Amino acid sequence: MGSIENSLYNIGYLETLSYQSTPIHRLDPRVKLLTTMVFIVAVVSFPKYAVGSLMPFMLYPVVLIALGNLPVGFLGKKILIAAPFAFFIGIFNPLLDRQVMAHLGPLAISGGWVSFASIMLRFVLTVSAALILIAVTGFHQVCAALERLGMPRAFALQLLFLYRYLFVLGGEAARMVRARALRSFDGRGLGFGTYGSLLGHLLLRTLDRAQRLHLAMLSRGFDGEIRLLRPLQLHGRDVGFFLGWSALFVLLRLCNISQWWGTWVMGLVK
Amino acid sequence: MSHHIIEVDDLHYTYPDGNQVLKGISVRVTHGEKVALVGANGAGKSTLLLQFNGCLLPESGRVRIGEMPVTKKTLKHVRRTVGLIFQDPDDQLFMPLVYDDVAFGPLNLGLSPEEVDRQVMQALAAVGAVHLKDRPPYHLSGGEKRAVAIAAVLSLTPAILVMDEPSSNLDPKTRRQLIELLKTFEHSLIIATHDLDLVLDLCPRTIVLKEGRIAADGPTRAIMADEALLSACNLEKPLRLQGCPVCTPA
Repeated sequence: MGSIENSLYNIGYLETLSYQSTPIHRLDPRVKLLTTMVFIVAVVSFPKYAVGSLMPFMLYPVVLIALGNLPVGFLGKKILIAAPFAFFIGIFNPLLDRQVMAHLGPLAISGGWVSFASIMLRFVLTVSAALILIAVTGFHQVCAALERLGMPRAFALQLLFLYRYLFVLGGEAARMVRARALRSFDGRGLGFGTYGSLLGHLLLRTLDRAQRLHLAMLSRGFDGEIRLLRPLQLHGRDVGFFLGWSALFVLLRLCNISQWWGTWVMGLVK
Repeated sequence: MSHHIIEVDDLHYTYPDGNQVLKGISVRVTHGEKVALVGANGAGKSTLLLQFNGCLLPESGRVRIGEMPVTKKTLKHVRRTVGLIFQDPDDQLFMPLVYDDVAFGPLNLGLSPEEVDRQVMQALAAVGAVHLKDRPPYHLSGGEKRAVAIAAVLSLTPAILVMDEPSSNLDPKTRRQLIELLKTFEHSLIIATHDLDLVLDLCPRTIVLKEGRIAADGPTRAIMADEALLSACNLEKPLRLQGCPVCTPA
């Protein structure tokens, strides 16, 4: 119960973050979406053992969090929640891939550990980029951008409605679960039997609501197409944002900046 | 104007599950009238409301808006004339932002962007919700949702407003504000409600439904005074007409 409500509040908070008006928030949603996509593709396309060359990509989330006035702690927690997925994908690598790739003093580091680190790093980069996208854009704007960029309208609408009624459905579910808990004692009444009937009720209520919703839409002239009155306009700074970051990502992907930098610093030291 | 008239003639309706809800309703609401529709739970109030704008179509009998019978062909016109406000604003506010929601109807009518913007801002101003326009509906309070749901229908500039339980779940002050707001409307108003004090404030005329039939139709004052009728229809005298518990303890 608490967990359902908490997750709703968390999603809601992510949405609240998007009401701000920073230079990042004011950018065209399409530009932010595309930049995020280029970022993710660039990060994901690195070879298996890349770690050092991924590091410079941290620049993007850091800059956006700073300019977009986002709370680092909150985003960090969100990333941690999803972390087990990446962790279990990567954790077998050190067991399977034992070939030693580097020595750190007396410690031999196997290829498995390197690729595990690479997976976790990529995970942090991509998930934070996606969260940041929502936090500086707002979910509905992301949907609008997706549609403008050619995503079939039906899918964009599905996403929008899904997001809109997530809160209603979640609230309803939370209330039902709470009502059940209040009348369940010593774990009796919390079994799968009541769980099934609870879910069934939720489904029926949802169907009813969907029907009323459809009537409400028809009452206001719905004819199968949802029209939005929100002209999106590309400005110079939008194009600049996209081109600048994309160029940087491509550059970082093609040349190993950290290595150059390392060599250069070492050269200075010598 | 004649299209402000609702005329219902011997209306019957049975839900597909066999539940016969309306059993011969005949009623006529004229231009600018404010009418309350009261009755027990399950008396058929909501079903009747859904007939007014063609969300449900009669099984037999007829509903006419002005000169126009409500049929599949006239739906577009009927729905522009009759604005239906649902009981649960969450059913009605489905767009990502308040502004989009209020613009939903006008955009479907194919109005020009400037015209749409004008209608939306006018409707939001009418309910005092201009400051909410860039908020998503799920972040609004109950009263704000109700106001926005009304604006969403007003933006279509309907001639007749049909409301299902407008005062339910509102705190007393918000309820009072809603009543004051509805008083300012010049539309014909049909309100289905259990809130008889609201009826006393707003509607000179009351229609009482009982088990799918009209049990009474007349001036609100007279109906509210008829205790036998009220009791037979699961109703009760409005609190304001009941004795003061302090002055005349029972």
